[in-house]
Amino acid sequence: MFRNVTELVELAESKNVKIAEIMILQEMEFSSLSREQVIEKMDRNLTVMEQAVERGLKGVQSVTGLTGGDAVLLQNYIKTGKALGGNLLLDAVSKAVATNEVNAAMGVICATPTAGSAGVVPGTLFAVKEKLHPTRAEMIDFLFTSAAFGFVVANNASISGAAGGCQAEVGSASGMAAAAIVELAGGTPSQAAEAMAITLKNMLGLVCDPVAGLVEVPCVKRNAMGASNAITAADMALAGITSRIPCDEVIDAMYKIGLTMPVALRETAEGGLAATPTGRRLAKEIFGSYK
Amino acid sequence: MKYRSAFDIIGPVMIGPSSSHTAGAARIGRVARTLFEKQPKKAIISLYGSFAKTYRGHGTDVAVVGGILDFDTDDERIPTSLTIAEEAGMEVTFIIEDTVMDHPNTVKICLFDESKELELVGISIGGGTIEITELNTFKLKLSGENPAILVVHNDVYGIISSVSTVLANHEINIGHMEVSRKEKGQMALMVIEVDQKIKSDVMKEIESLENVSQVIRMVE
Repeated sequence: MFRNVTELVELAESKNVKIAEIMILQEMEFSSLSREQVIEKMDRNLTVMEQAVERGLKGVQSVTGLTGGDAVLLQNYIKTGKALGGNLLLDAVSKAVATNEVNAAMGVICATPTAGSAGVVPGTLFAVKEKLHPTRAEMIDFLFTSAAFGFVVANNASISGAAGGCQAEVGSASGMAAAAIVELAGGTPSQAAEAMAITLKNMLGLVCDPVAGLVEVPCVKRNAMGASNAITAADMALAGITSRIPCDEVIDAMYKIGLTMPVALRETAEGGLAATPTGRRLAKEIFGSYK
Repeated sequence: MKYRSAFDIIGPVMIGPSSSHTAGAARIGRVARTLFEKQPKKAIISLYGSFAKTYRGHGTDVAVVGGILDFDTDDERIPTSLTIAEEAGMEVTFIIEDTVMDHPNTVKICLFDESKELELVGISIGGGTIEITELNTFKLKLSGENPAILVVHNDVYGIISSVSTVLANHEINIGHMEVSRKEKGQMALMVIEVDQKIKSDVMKEIESLENVSQVIRMVE
């Protein structure tokens, strides 16, 4: 069993297999399920992700009306051909938004690693898919690679906004996605780790300050930025750029930042954007005299 | 290692919007329901920390109640669980606590009917993964993911070996075990996580042991 990213990369390199394979083998051992059963379970999660993106791209609205419809706006904008960012990047952003809009509307999603950050991994996967044309098995591997990196963060730091701020949610999700993109694009295990490190470094300190305590503002747009961050970091790692601070040390730094973060900025809706005049007004409008 | 499975990270499939506040809360509610072994008449739910601050926006209230109604994390009835509970004649009370607990996402669930009472404290540690930290004021650590039995017994020597002998005779492997007691020699609780579901005859055999007062099964 691997405990950190260093061990994960070493395991993959020494066995000359993908990181996804290390996660699959560990899952088989932990759950006593066969390879087919483990793959089948992940295949079902992939299907849920596909359905959520599909639903979000058709346009959803949350109960409060605070979020919804932005994924559609972005897709329409891409079609005009006027987009300044690359199409793949914006496609990933729109698909991340689509998933998180479905989440905000209390639709069915697959937590990756959490519900508030569920857009990043599928958003990037389905966008990169258009370019790399992976097989279904490779797409499932993408999720296992994401899982392996998320597993390290969850056990050594945190993936909970209440415990570690949004850096622990969207930050973790983005790092997981970056690593998985690298592997899908043919990068090495150590390049995947570099991508994770680069991504997470750029999300350190990100607070969890949901307006009205809802998983809507700013969560949906943070999924968008997480997706673009992941793709940029993956490209950097594939270009041969490394992180001066090793991945495990970045994860440790994230954990320690989370511990020192004030409670007001950890999913309590008492600080940050939630505490702005507009944030408070929205909370009052939505919950009336409740808050 | 708090997280052991790839599906703790990629999963659960769930109703939004929050894995710790919605899916985790539903799972804690469902563990309480499972331990209660039937639908209670009354539920008093105390929310602490982030759960207390954001429960309405995150659907924590409907999720806990959904869990108590035995709904899974992806059950589309979760958003309307309060109405369903009312229709089913289950009285639900929420208490918003100020007390700071060890974990920011903590909930205490008390379930009642004419014949029974149960009190459980659970924490949602992120991504839908939970731990049960207290049962009827006994401290414990239970993930709710593996089949497990809880054995209420008197704190006397030899009792642990009698229970494990019964399991061994039925070729049941113990994955994790904890013993908790409030006072030496008084009532104690064994939490035994096993690799497969435990059949009723095995449960009865354990229950018939001297000094064992109750055996509860956690259904997966």
